[in-house]
Amino acid sequence: MIVEKLSQQPSPWLQAAGPKSDVVISSRIRLARNVAGYPFLSKVTNEQRGQLAALIRSHVGSEAIGGTWSYLDIDEVGELDRQVLVERHLVSRQLTEATGTRGVSIAADESASVMVNEEDHLRIQVLRGGLQLDSIWEEINRIDDRIEDRLDYAFHPRYGYLTACPTNVGTGIRVSVMLHLPGLKLTGEIDKVFRAAKDMHLAVRGLFGEGTEATGDFFQVSNQVTLGRTEEEIIDEFKNQVIPSIVNFEHRARQCLGKERVLALDDRIWRSYGVLKHARTISSEETMAHLSHLRMGINMGRIKEIDIGTVNELFLVIQPAHLQKLNGSRLTGAQRSIARAELIRSRFGNN
Amino acid sequence: MDLPCQICEKAPATVHLTEISPDGERCEQHLCDQCAQTQGITPKPPTQVPLSQMLSALVGGSKLTARQIADLSCPQCKLTFVEFRNTGLLGCPTDYDAFEKALAPLIERAHDGSSHHIGKVPRRLDAPRAAENDLIRLRRELDRAVDDERYEYAAKLRDNIRTIETS
Repeated sequence: MIVEKLSQQPSPWLQAAGPKSDVVISSRIRLARNVAGYPFLSKVTNEQRGQLAALIRSHVGSEAIGGTWSYLDIDEVGELDRQVLVERHLVSRQLTEATGTRGVSIAADESASVMVNEEDHLRIQVLRGGLQLDSIWEEINRIDDRIEDRLDYAFHPRYGYLTACPTNVGTGIRVSVMLHLPGLKLTGEIDKVFRAAKDMHLAVRGLFGEGTEATGDFFQVSNQVTLGRTEEEIIDEFKNQVIPSIVNFEHRARQCLGKERVLALDDRIWRSYGVLKHARTISSEETMAHLSHLRMGINMGRIKEIDIGTVNELFLVIQPAHLQKLNGSRLTGAQRSIARAELIRSRFGNN
Repeated sequence: MDLPCQICEKAPATVHLTEISPDGERCEQHLCDQCAQTQGITPKPPTQVPLSQMLSALVGGSKLTARQIADLSCPQCKLTFVEFRNTGLLGCPTDYDAFEKALAPLIERAHDGSSHHIGKVPRRLDAPRAAENDLIRLRRELDRAVDDERYEYAAKLRDNIRTIETS
């Protein structure tokens, strides 16, 4: 089973850190597309839903796109494995919780996936570490072209690519950048970023996008306007304006902390390291908070004995489904907290 | 005693009109309801105007009334506009035309005032239009690249533009 293999290794795209990775965790672009001649998913019959899945499935694999792809029928994926896919950002929670024929095609390196019969017939996404929007656009545009060579998309001369929700119509593009902003959180300036983002018609969300709260030190910034602007214009704004200014802002906050509050900063970083290294039971929320401080400490050069790769991998494997997969059995919340603490201690060479 | 109508000479006269001409001459008319109306002496009763039309007149312009919007439904997938408002999801591509009038203001609001797609166009749908679209995009991108002094990139864009123009 492919998910079995997935959960045993960190996401390959996360391995290669990518540009600006001290602040930018990852970049993602997704395109919403629908097949012409079929209703949207809220009005399809079960039969049409099955036809769509079969039709799309035959055009989102290796033959059409190139490379190695695996298709998963979500109904055939167990509950825990579904959660592994969500934790790896390969599918949305919505897809796993829906009913009816639906699936996902996943590229071998996990940098691309195509959800089938989610809110739209197709949701294509490409994901990479750090800020890499240009190469992501190049790749997703190519994948989209290859699928389009074989499938007629619903397209309107005025409104462009038609989507089930009119908020996605036009380009159907959503550009999302995942940011790590512990400095701004500590200096209390994070609200300024949120306000500026709102003024630019951008959405700020939590780690798993739509419907997740922006808590902790991780934030996902994404565009909301999809009509009346070209894909390149939307991407350019992120690449040249939005992200560089937030990254600069975060750098300034870190510099300020490093100069004026260095004792408080170091105290926080080393305390977090202490907790992670010695805790006997720890929740995922507390782990995320401490890993965040550690990540900042490593990126600021305040702590040198830990490899950033170890920390990045831990963000992934301390999540509930990954933890249970590694453990080989289902665990209660309390058991997970114990297993999580053990796993972290072992990664930091401390048993 | 009922006088008969002076015009139809059948129905009883119920409208009695006395007119005095400028030179003092007195003229009397005795008419029934029906004939008084056809003569334009009494006003005709208002005919039934649909409520929605009256509302529409009140709201003015080409805007649809709440009721007309509520009555909209797609001939293809049978989705009603009210259902769409409840779920936020459309039922089929035809909805964009079936609900055009009600949907257009919502779309503009969601997209910062925009109402037309200017991005990617499916290649097989309209090859000349797609190429034209590419050219517009690339030229705009070229201007920006020159402004930002990204000359290497600008040269690459210029070559791409030439390739499309000569093909």
